Amino acid sequence: MQISSSPHVHSGVTVEKIMWGVVIALLPATIGSVYFFGARVIAVLGVSIGVSALLELAIKKGNIRDGSALLTGLLLAFNLPPGVPLWVVAVGAFFAVAIVKQAFGGLGCNIFNPALGGRVFLMAAWPSHMTSGWHAPHAVRGVAAVSGATPLAILKEGSAVMEGLPEWRELFFGNVSGCIGETSVLLLLIGAIFLLCKRYITWHVPFSFIGTVAAFTLIAEKSIPNGFIFHILAGGLFLGAFFMATDYVTSPITPKGKLIFGIGCGIITSVIRLYGGYPEGVSYSILLMNAATPLIDRHTRLRVFGERKKSNA
Amino acid sequence: MRRVSFKHGIHPPEKKETTRSKPIEDFPLPKKVIIPLSQHTGRPNESIVKKGERVETGQLIGETSAFISSPVHASLSGIVSAIEPRPHPLGMKVQSVVIESDEKDEWISASDAVQGSPDNIKDLIKSAGIAGLGGAAFPTHVKLSPPANKKIEFLIINGAECEPYLTSDERVMLEYSAAIVEGIEILKKVLGVEKVVLGIELNKPECIAAMSKAVQGKDIEIVGLKTKYPQGGEKQLIKAILGREVPRRGLPLDVGCVVQNVGTVVAVRDAVIKKKPLIERVVTVTGSAVEEPKNLRVRIGTPFIELLNFCNFQKDSAGKVIMGGPMMGISQHNLDVPVIKGTSGILAMKKEEVIEYNHRQCIRCARCVESCPVYLMPYEISLASESDRFDIAEKLGVFDCIECGVCGYVCPATRHMTHLMKKAKTYANFLKSSRS
Repeated sequence: MQISSSPHVHSGVTVEKIMWGVVIALLPATIGSVYFFGARVIAVLGVSIGVSALLELAIKKGNIRDGSALLTGLLLAFNLPPGVPLWVVAVGAFFAVAIVKQAFGGLGCNIFNPALGGRVFLMAAWPSHMTSGWHAPHAVRGVAAVSGATPLAILKEGSAVMEGLPEWRELFFGNVSGCIGETSVLLLLIGAIFLLCKRYITWHVPFSFIGTVAAFTLIAEKSIPNGFIFHILAGGLFLGAFFMATDYVTSPITPKGKLIFGIGCGIITSVIRLYGGYPEGVSYSILLMNAATPLIDRHTRLRVFGERKKSNA
Repeated sequence: MRRVSFKHGIHPPEKKETTRSKPIEDFPLPKKVIIPLSQHTGRPNESIVKKGERVETGQLIGETSAFISSPVHASLSGIVSAIEPRPHPLGMKVQSVVIESDEKDEWISASDAVQGSPDNIKDLIKSAGIAGLGGAAFPTHVKLSPPANKKIEFLIINGAECEPYLTSDERVMLEYSAAIVEGIEILKKVLGVEKVVLGIELNKPECIAAMSKAVQGKDIEIVGLKTKYPQGGEKQLIKAILGREVPRRGLPLDVGCVVQNVGTVVAVRDAVIKKKPLIERVVTVTGSAVEEPKNLRVRIGTPFIELLNFCNFQKDSAGKVIMGGPMMGISQHNLDVPVIKGTSGILAMKKEEVIEYNHRQCIRCARCVESCPVYLMPYEISLASESDRFDIAEKLGVFDCIECGVCGYVCPATRHMTHLMKKAKTYANFLKSSRS
């Protein structure tokens, strides 16, 4: 007879199920990225996931089954330009898994989102590789060669090249230039709805994040009409808000904390996009808010049942 | 009918179908009973019988002068064959009186205690050994003796039975609805309250119908509780029904309530009207490792194994036997342990059903925080307890924990959440007592 502490039943939702659930949620966007940017995407995905998994095996063998290394590899690849050199991908995966995740103690102990840490490291180390290598969609199969600035970069350039801005429809379906997994709002949304229905993520972070970007740019974006719709659809906002900012380990615990986190991400993203040197600010905003997470957690504790409200005390 | 609920909580599979339609059946008199002198919250009793002495059913065999305590009675007539430490369902060994049955079941003649005044009734309830039958076995007379400065407005009757698998309260409500109403009238008199609310989870519509019929013409409100675990927790029940929060480290008395389980109400009625001490209770015997799950009326002290065998226990395929439900129940290593006052059910699980809680690193998913019915942040407490920082665990509110098991149930890293809570409480108390 087995002896153990109560409870003697379990919900059945395990770390593995959640991690693989997120991978499944990213499948539509993965397939879409191959469709939009061609076979080279498969090579980037392969290197990123392969290196991540091998490192996880080498450092903490027992943990490979939880799927978190695979997810990190997949998300890192999603955040890279399709034309990035493969050795850069490998270095990024190394930094993400070995430094950002395992050096801090592995899954559950890392302060920063590993995939974003890897991406930002690459941005700092090889900015030229990270800001070129954009493919216009269908470039590989079509006539147009490597080129195609991202929509946000076009906006940043100013009015001279504004006619290059894609339609909202194109942005929604993902038929634009950009990082591998970020372009199709539609396909990311399918995965996001899956995660919300499964209750693997809550609405707090993504809705407050996207809502804040919308509100901020509605007021502050003057260079194009209805610029806020453009800002919501362009760049990595949906990928970041639903799949990166919702990372359990690096985001706050309580609903209130999550809202603060999302709003903070939204403000930083908007400020970088509108007034900063970079066209895109989603990764930086999430990493900066990751750093603020312990602070947010400390100040958004729940009131314990039966605790008198301060005014009554 | 009002329909109410509380914040947080979970929806585990109910698994009540196998026994909810099984009427309460009398378990045949056992050959011997083992009656632990401590079956309740409070000071253990001392035996007042000797080895070799003949006792009659209902005879007082253990008592103590302490207020927070509850006496025990012989549940059979026969010879006391041993007074020695025996395995107890709550763990370890407890001094117990073993009675070999003479198969006559001769009852001690009931004393003609004078009825009438609340104090007399309270004495009767105490001397009958009534303790909360919901599981915690807190002495009932203590709950019925609020300090003079606390005004009691509400008597709340707990018919939630939120633990999966268990249906003993459900059957009691169906089969003894009139007795429950009689018991409520007695408790009203003792407490001097006018307002009575009976809370029943909405997954028991037949009970709601039966009780609604039984309370006709009486001033007793029936409230439907949304089916959610742990709705039957005292604090959650009061919050749902009255919207009042029992203060931290406080008692229901502090918000003008006394809560009694439906089974306890029937025991009170039997004690007062039939002068019958608490020597038997209803036990749900269920789980995949018994082929014929049943609701049984059992004499206190009957060994678990006899109940299990009566329900066709599959010993070879059984992996775990639990006293109580799967959320808060206590796993047993020895099936000779006796049924005690708090035994609401015996759950026998097959090996393949037994899950392994493979304790891993917290991933901060917040499920425990979103489910904790007392709004704790269990992951933090578990981390503090894990690294033996019981001072931190206490600051984080571990003593508010009701050990309902919700945090463990939802934890995707299958951490030993509830165990770590209990550990922190035990050590923090131990450190405090050893320092003073």
